[in-house]
Amino acid sequence: MSGKKNRPSAPPTQFNITARILHWLMAAMILAMIFVGLGMMTSLTWRPWLLDLHVPLGIAILLLVIIRFINRLSFPVPKMPVSMSKFQSKAAGTLHWLFYGMMLALPLTGWAQLSAGGFPVKLFPGVNLSPILPQSPLLYALLHDAHRVMAWALFFMVVGHFSAALLHAWVYRDGIFSSITWGRKMTIRSEEPPASAAE
Amino acid sequence: MKKEALVTYLRTKRVPLILCGILLIAGTLVLAFAWSAGLIGGRITTRTFLKDTPKTYPAGYRRAHGKGICFEGTFRASGEAVPYSIASVFAQQKVPVIGRFSLGSPDPYAPDNSTRTASMALMLTADDGEQWRMKLNNEPFFATRDAEGFLKQMEAYKPNPSTGSPDPARVTAFLKEYPEAKKYVKWDATAPWTRSFAGAQYNVINSFILIDKNGKKQAIRWSMRPHAAFTSWSVSQRKQASHDFLFEDLKKRIQKGPLYWDLVITLAEPGDAVNDPSQVWPESRRQIVAGTLEVSHVFDQADGGCRDVNFDPTRVPKGITLSDDPVLRARAGIYAHSHSDRVREIGYGKATDAVVKHQNDNPKNK
Ligand code: HEM
Ligand code: HEM
Ligand code: HEM
Repeated sequence: MSGKKNRPSAPPTQFNITARILHWLMAAMILAMIFVGLGMMTSLTWRPWLLDLHVPLGIAILLLVIIRFINRLSFPVPKMPVSMSKFQSKAAGTLHWLFYGMMLALPLTGWAQLSAGGFPVKLFPGVNLSPILPQSPLLYALLHDAHRVMAWALFFMVVGHFSAALLHAWVYRDGIFSSITWGRKMTIRSEEPPASAAE
Repeated sequence: MKKEALVTYLRTKRVPLILCGILLIAGTLVLAFAWSAGLIGGRITTRTFLKDTPKTYPAGYRRAHGKGICFEGTFRASGEAVPYSIASVFAQQKVPVIGRFSLGSPDPYAPDNSTRTASMALMLTADDGEQWRMKLNNEPFFATRDAEGFLKQMEAYKPNPSTGSPDPARVTAFLKEYPEAKKYVKWDATAPWTRSFAGAQYNVINSFILIDKNGKKQAIRWSMRPHAAFTSWSVSQRKQASHDFLFEDLKKRIQKGPLYWDLVITLAEPGDAVNDPSQVWPESRRQIVAGTLEVSHVFDQADGGCRDVNFDPTRVPKGITLSDDPVLRARAGIYAHSHSDRVREIGYGKATDAVVKHQNDNPKNK
């Protein structure tokens, strides 16, 4: 693929700009969505308002993740640093694909659970999305529980991912963190040994 | 010198310190999550309102107003509300309605003479797809100014196991904290009980806002005012009434012909208690009849139709919005839990008599 398009043969040191912008934009949106979701289920005051936010924001995530996914498949991405064990890079890679799965599945189960529950899927006042499933208690039950379990799991995935990212940024300093940011490139990942090895 | 020592110390301990920092951030996030989910902190959440639901609660039934009957009908708008709101239900000739009459008791098998609370729930679906859902009670106002007051009221009036009646000291303490509830207590002790669903007036109790085509807002409340006359019964008549008296009466009346209610909207004036459902607005407020509801046909709730509907009063169409009434906002979350709990029981096949066998979604429902 890269040969055909006349790209430099060395893998890039950073994710492309689209990936970086989408990563941080969506990180903020997803974290917000998780807390909006929890607030909806507990708050005595804010449920109606939070629900009105949850649906359009969630649908925006659905659209963005499609763009992000296409972008991810269409361009080469940085390689994991050589200092990382095979297992670690495999695990990180798997987790990243799992994130894509979650970012797609959450909005879809959200939309589907409203449909199966017979609720309007209100994007804005007067603008409703059409249902994607018929009304059904069984489907509602499954989707409701799936949405909840996945949202909670996603939160713990994000915390793990975030902790690992900071570890790479502050301890290993192996260029993983800068591959998704704008900061100066500390090292060319996969080529130079990580800074932490000296300590 | 000391400073240098510190710097050296920090250098050697760099990695553990960073790890602590990361753990601290991650821990804070997890705590924030747990608090938001209501797992820690012990704050009152919308779940708290359902915490007394017994584990043995009959599966598939509403956690309150469990005994009910579905109905179908038509709403015919008069056009009188059109100047106040762009909601299409106010302009449309005929709007199909799904609804439900119910008793206020949580017990789905309650005898009809066990509660004074009769209720009507409605879902109007306009041709443009906009839905208006509402739950109305025959009470004229709510006991307390906020939803927390409801919990405290339940707590205060819980019968003391040794005497079988509420503890007077706790009742006094409650009425001191929520003096407005005295009005409700008095009303409850004196107002006549309705003897028919058909002759009862159903009130929205919470306030809402109408929005006209220029974006102008008008705070309102509304009622469903019956065409049938109000009838009550003496205490002895009531005591002798059959177990399903009110529902049988309703079925008999519907067999003879449709029942009607006018949708009467009351327009608030500046200074009216829009955010306090325990306060009624003055009698002199302007009222408009926005249309008439025709209830043409009733059917068993186990058949479906209204069974799985959440008549969530915060799902309003374009042209209507919520007021800052705290009880209204709290109800959104409470109803969501009650609805999802019971519909999941039905979906997963745990419901028994709450559903009719042949219609089951899941073959496990017996
Ligand atoms: C909230 C939700 C988040 C999601 C769903 C998410 C998802 C992802 C995904 C899928 C990737 C792979 C790159 C891509 O395909 O775009 C990635 C990379 C990365 N993310 Fe996140 N991320 C989130 C939040 C964060 C946060 C808060 C941080 C930092 C503190 C962070 C730091 C990183 C880093 C350093 C990489 C590069 C990893 C590598 O190259 O292997 N992410 N993230
Ligand atoms: C990335 C996107 C999303 C995330 C992270 C997310 C997260 C959450 C969370 C954390 C909850 C609370 C679960 C609980 O504690 O019970 C929730 C509930 C809910 N979500 Fe989402 N959500 C997303 C997208 C959507 C979308 C697009 C929709 C609808 C179109 C939606 C509809 C709902 C509904 C209706 C509930 C409440 C269920 C109920 O009231 O019983 N979600 N969501
Ligand atoms: C904080 C106070 C309240 C609590 C805790 C509460 C609780 C409940 C619950 C748990 C249900 C069952 C909902 C379902 O499963 O769909 C219910 C139904 C109902 N509530 Fe409330 N409620 C409160 C205030 C009110 C008020 C102020 C009204 C006045 C209009 C009202 C009218 C109704 C009606 C009419 C139903 C029956 C709905 C139907 O037939 O589906 N409630 N309530």
